[in-house]
Amino acid sequence: MKRFHWGLLALAIVACVVAAWIIYVPGPTAFASGSTVALGDYKGTNPTGVPVSLASGDIVKRGEYLTRAADCEACHTAKGGVPYAGGLAFNLPFGTLYSPNITPDKETGIGNWTDADFINALHKGIAPDGSRFYPAFPYPSYTLLTNDDVLAIKAYLFSLKPVRQETEPNSLAFPFNQRWGMMFWSLFYNSNERYRPNPSQSAEWNRGAYLAEALGHCGECHTPRNLLQAVDNKKKFAGAVTAGWRAYNITQDATSGIGSWDLDTTAKFLAHGHVEGLGTASGPMGEAIDMSLRHMAPEDINALVVYLKSIPAIADTSLPLPKTMLASGFPTNQEIAENARGAMIFAGACAACHGWSGKSPILSYADFVGGRTVNDPTARNVAQAIIWGVTRHTPNGVVTMPGFGKAYSDEEIAAVSNYITARFGAEKSRITAADIKTIGKQASQ
Amino acid sequence: MITLHVNGQPHDVDASPDTPLLWALRDVLGMTGTKFGCGIAQCGACTVHVDGQAVRSCQLSIGSVGDQAITTIEGIGSSDVGAKVQKAWLDLEVIQCGYCQSGQIMSAAALLAHKPHPTDEDIDAAMAGNICRCGTYVRIREAIKKATAA
Amino acid sequence: MEKIATSEISKLSRRALLQAGAAGILLLSFRLPQARAAGDTFAPNAFIRVGNDDVVTLVMPQVEMGQGIYTALAMILADELDANFDKVVLQHAPPDKAYNNPIFGVQATGGSTSVRAFWDPLRKAGASARGMLVEAAAQQWSVDPSTCRASNSEVIHDASGRKVGYGAVASLAATLKPVSDPKLKTLKDFTLVGRPVQRKDTPDKTNGKCQYGIDAMPAGVKFAVIAECPVFGGKVGHVDDAKAKAIKGVQQIVVLDDCVAVVGDTTWTAIRGLSALDITWNEGANANVDSAQIWEALRTASKGPGAVAKKVGDVDAAFAGGTHYEGVYELPFLAHATMEPLNCTLHYTKDACEVWTGTQVIGRVQEYVAKALDLPIEKVTVHNFYIGGGFGRRLEQDMAIKAARIAKEVDGPVKVMWRREEDTQHDVYRPVYHNAVSASVKDGKIVGWTHRITGSSVIVRWLPPAFKDGVDIDAVDGAADQPYGFPNLKVEYIRAEPPAVPTGFWRGVGPNNNFFTIESFIDEIAHREKVDPVAFRLRHLDGNPRLKAAIQLAAEKGNWGSTLSSPRMGRGISAQNAFGSFIATVCEAEVDESGEVRVHRLVAAVDTGIMVNPDTIVAQLEGGLIFGLTAALFGEITIENGRVQQSNFNDYRILRIDEAPKIEVHLIPSTEHPGGIGETGTTAAPPALCNALFAATGVRLTRLPIDRNALAGRKPA
Ligand code: FES
Ligand code: FES
Repeated sequence: MKRFHWGLLALAIVACVVAAWIIYVPGPTAFASGSTVALGDYKGTNPTGVPVSLASGDIVKRGEYLTRAADCEACHTAKGGVPYAGGLAFNLPFGTLYSPNITPDKETGIGNWTDADFINALHKGIAPDGSRFYPAFPYPSYTLLTNDDVLAIKAYLFSLKPVRQETEPNSLAFPFNQRWGMMFWSLFYNSNERYRPNPSQSAEWNRGAYLAEALGHCGECHTPRNLLQAVDNKKKFAGAVTAGWRAYNITQDATSGIGSWDLDTTAKFLAHGHVEGLGTASGPMGEAIDMSLRHMAPEDINALVVYLKSIPAIADTSLPLPKTMLASGFPTNQEIAENARGAMIFAGACAACHGWSGKSPILSYADFVGGRTVNDPTARNVAQAIIWGVTRHTPNGVVTMPGFGKAYSDEEIAAVSNYITARFGAEKSRITAADIKTIGKQASQ
Repeated sequence: MITLHVNGQPHDVDASPDTPLLWALRDVLGMTGTKFGCGIAQCGACTVHVDGQAVRSCQLSIGSVGDQAITTIEGIGSSDVGAKVQKAWLDLEVIQCGYCQSGQIMSAAALLAHKPHPTDEDIDAAMAGNICRCGTYVRIREAIKKATAA
Repeated sequence: MEKIATSEISKLSRRALLQAGAAGILLLSFRLPQARAAGDTFAPNAFIRVGNDDVVTLVMPQVEMGQGIYTALAMILADELDANFDKVVLQHAPPDKAYNNPIFGVQATGGSTSVRAFWDPLRKAGASARGMLVEAAAQQWSVDPSTCRASNSEVIHDASGRKVGYGAVASLAATLKPVSDPKLKTLKDFTLVGRPVQRKDTPDKTNGKCQYGIDAMPAGVKFAVIAECPVFGGKVGHVDDAKAKAIKGVQQIVVLDDCVAVVGDTTWTAIRGLSALDITWNEGANANVDSAQIWEALRTASKGPGAVAKKVGDVDAAFAGGTHYEGVYELPFLAHATMEPLNCTLHYTKDACEVWTGTQVIGRVQEYVAKALDLPIEKVTVHNFYIGGGFGRRLEQDMAIKAARIAKEVDGPVKVMWRREEDTQHDVYRPVYHNAVSASVKDGKIVGWTHRITGSSVIVRWLPPAFKDGVDIDAVDGAADQPYGFPNLKVEYIRAEPPAVPTGFWRGVGPNNNFFTIESFIDEIAHREKVDPVAFRLRHLDGNPRLKAAIQLAAEKGNWGSTLSSPRMGRGISAQNAFGSFIATVCEAEVDESGEVRVHRLVAAVDTGIMVNPDTIVAQLEGGLIFGLTAALFGEITIENGRVQQSNFNDYRILRIDEAPKIEVHLIPSTEHPGGIGETGTTAAPPALCNALFAATGVRLTRLPIDRNALAGRKPA
């Protein structure tokens, strides 16, 4: 009897430990050696705020930089809509969330918010009426921002033209529509603590960490989530699927991550979302580059690179080493016969821009060769790009790939996706029409 | 000022480097044989050759052409392959409204230059990017075969 | 072929004016229009000019948009004129009533009417001119004209071995009284008609020389790109042009109440300028219109009372007893997607305007541009061009009117361009149609048939006199005069205009809808009656031997009844007489497990009466069939929030070469009056395809475009 009780207790303890381990998530910079200190106690260069070149600017200017760095626009703008007026639909498994209007319109935007309201929202995920935000709004990251930075962002947003645009109500199923539930989630997963620098790391590293963790919230997409949908820093930056797109492994793993990219390459990719021979960012990363990263000061990009370079490698065995060899100048008949439908759709709709060899005859942004996307055997991002199209800002203007999802069937999109990975990637994909249907619906619109 | 080498002649073009070759040819140089159909690389009406490759001129900016040789429909007849294709096109009366045909002929000529004896699959693959709203596809296939036989 | 000149202002002599039209051309004006060749001397009618230099110029009353009409009409004229065809020069007709299409009474090219309408008038015009030239030569030689003959632009007097070129007698011919009832050739005397003749327009289409409206480059032309409110009927609200103005080469921003245009030094700068504009639209009343609503309204309207287009026998009696069948068939909005996007170039000066464009209705362009600019009509000169695809889109003048309103604000000539997206989203669309059909079958034959057609009336706007007693003659074309001679028949038309969406003619016009319905439904009945679809059709065609012969030939050449190479394949047939032609089409198509369709082969047999240029007829059928397949496989314009959702070829799909089937066309020789052929293939393809898909899968598709989910046996998405 007694033994039985002990057994039960042991079991309960194990269960608790396991549960705790599952629920427990280390802090975003916990991987780094050395211990952190409160900002006020940090002696190094201030890692927060804006770069030196902007530091003397007025609060709106600074706010603009920080707003971009925090990439508010990407989520708070509907496709084709007015920037910051909200309305982007996030299609989640348990319903649809719409991003709110954050222009200073008094009725439909945040025009009535006080400084305290705004700080509360970004640090605690609590709206002025006391209701809780869903963590689609990355307040567990924004909580790391200093009050100054938060208020600069607010100042910038309040300098925008107010736009009257009602936000569509969310359509979440029970129990997810119970916002109060987020209270408990926050208890676990929102530290409600400002960024803590790490004196044993360089000043650049600390600035990079602030940019990546507090502002850029890279982990919100690139880090897998645990059962409770919290960013699981035990697998920091190891790659995850967000909004239907695969955010790739950006750890220093040489095969599946970006460990083989040198500093310069990494910086270029961050600044342009494209490096010849390494492909082009599309989907949400393309947007993050266009709306956020390409506006960053070079020293901030470098700081980010330093920080990224310190991320421990985690291998993702599902991702092969990208193929760097060009495909043949023209497919063989045998190759066509293997996937005739894919080959012909490619010939008709894709080859003109992307080229037969994977090297674009038009512009390098359309190159396939060496890119992660075509080397992803799930073909998820290839398919999303085909369904929704891609728009990117390059130093020479906007480049666009039109979306084909409205006129091509799921079977056709699957066929051409598989053709593309087979011809240009290291491993051919086997995406199905059913997959296309599912993932197409996951993308934010 | 950007210099373009079109059909063997240098041409100075005073237009911003991001101008697609299509519009430089048509609006600046007055060479209207190259057509605008979609502007998004989906129809092939604007096809020209750049160093012998069939390229959609609506997508290629003049800033990135450099001194590569550009051949347009106005100049394709001076190559053997081009002349053969043009003749086959007339012999089989491929053309209807003709609006897509500059592009069709340029794509066909590029195919034959690289593959003198294309299979049916090759023809489909090389020509699938060229839409013909008049539906001349049946004859395009035949004409390409005829041009190879010639 | 020499380059086709655009019209020049003529200073024709008074004498020539008096002789004009004296050939007694049916329905044609007695005035001589302002078109001529340089140095012409002899201008006996609107179509023929002969110069002292022997140059024979033929003025084309119908526009060339790919259908080969310049060659066909020139052949008819040249044949009767005995002109040397290799040397004739062609000219676009200027706007003038003399070139009115006798079928419409409007200067328009459409409805597959060109050869049908101009066959007689052009033969008479050619023969009359030939008669005058022969007479002139005979006078010169003082011989009896009946002892002379003409050939290859020469008059020949065999008895004396003398010959004289047309040019040399042109001046004299011009003084003669026209031959009012010229002797026409008999079929066997034709030297051009009926033979495959190399097209006149194609050489310049292989080398970039051919000019379309979009290629017009009057000196100093500027380039404008237009944006209209994405919601039909919406207006411009506010335009912020600061960013656009900052672009080098952007010259002007024209803001009208319903559209905005950016003028630049190249089309590209204009495009960039336009995308840099921040335009707020007042979307207006249509901002909530969507496809679902439009369909619902159409279906509701279809239940209302209809205007009777045709009534034969006693339908009620026929439906008493017998087996009763019913069907509903629906067709979507379609865009034209001509390869040459809409464009119009104009040069407006205070008191005149010059227009360069490719149009199917040049007279209307002149008239409406004049109205838009508040100019007297004669102050508007219109130069017509080759057309890079009409399909009915260029039977409208909306683009010319908008371009004129923009040109009015611009100094110097300006080319107004529609980007593909704008072209797709501001089309006049093939209407949505709803058809309710029923039939009563007794002893294996259809004895009663009713067909109620509900849809927009294009005619009411385009040719009002042809809308009578609530019936749109185009909308019931092919239904009221259906080919099977059902003894008891009632065809009704219900006019229902969709909210917001403008509608227009689209290649195949009314028969598109009606033959999709009739030929799908009759196939369905044959199947339910367990009779072979070919045999079932033939049963009803004793009164229509030409169609019967076409079906028999198509069935034979299409291996009707033989086994297909795969169990997933099916063979279907459609038959129709429309546009004065009789056609039967056999389609072989395959459906895979996912519902994807591959069309393998189309075999058509056609009786189109006398054939002017047989190879062109084959070409028109090949192209028309593919046009119809594109619509059946992909075509649908949908509306959401008052906007068209499709934009370019990525989402409004056009069949590509790898998807094109093998096509065989078999021509049936005939001595009947020539029929129309430009639209025949388009209307034939969709029902032939759907019947083949039924044969392959057992799934009857009653709507277009084809539903791949239904074919795969899946629930709709
Ligand atoms: S215009 Fe360039 S491909 Fe269509
Ligand atoms: S010939 Fe008209 S689009 Fe090809």
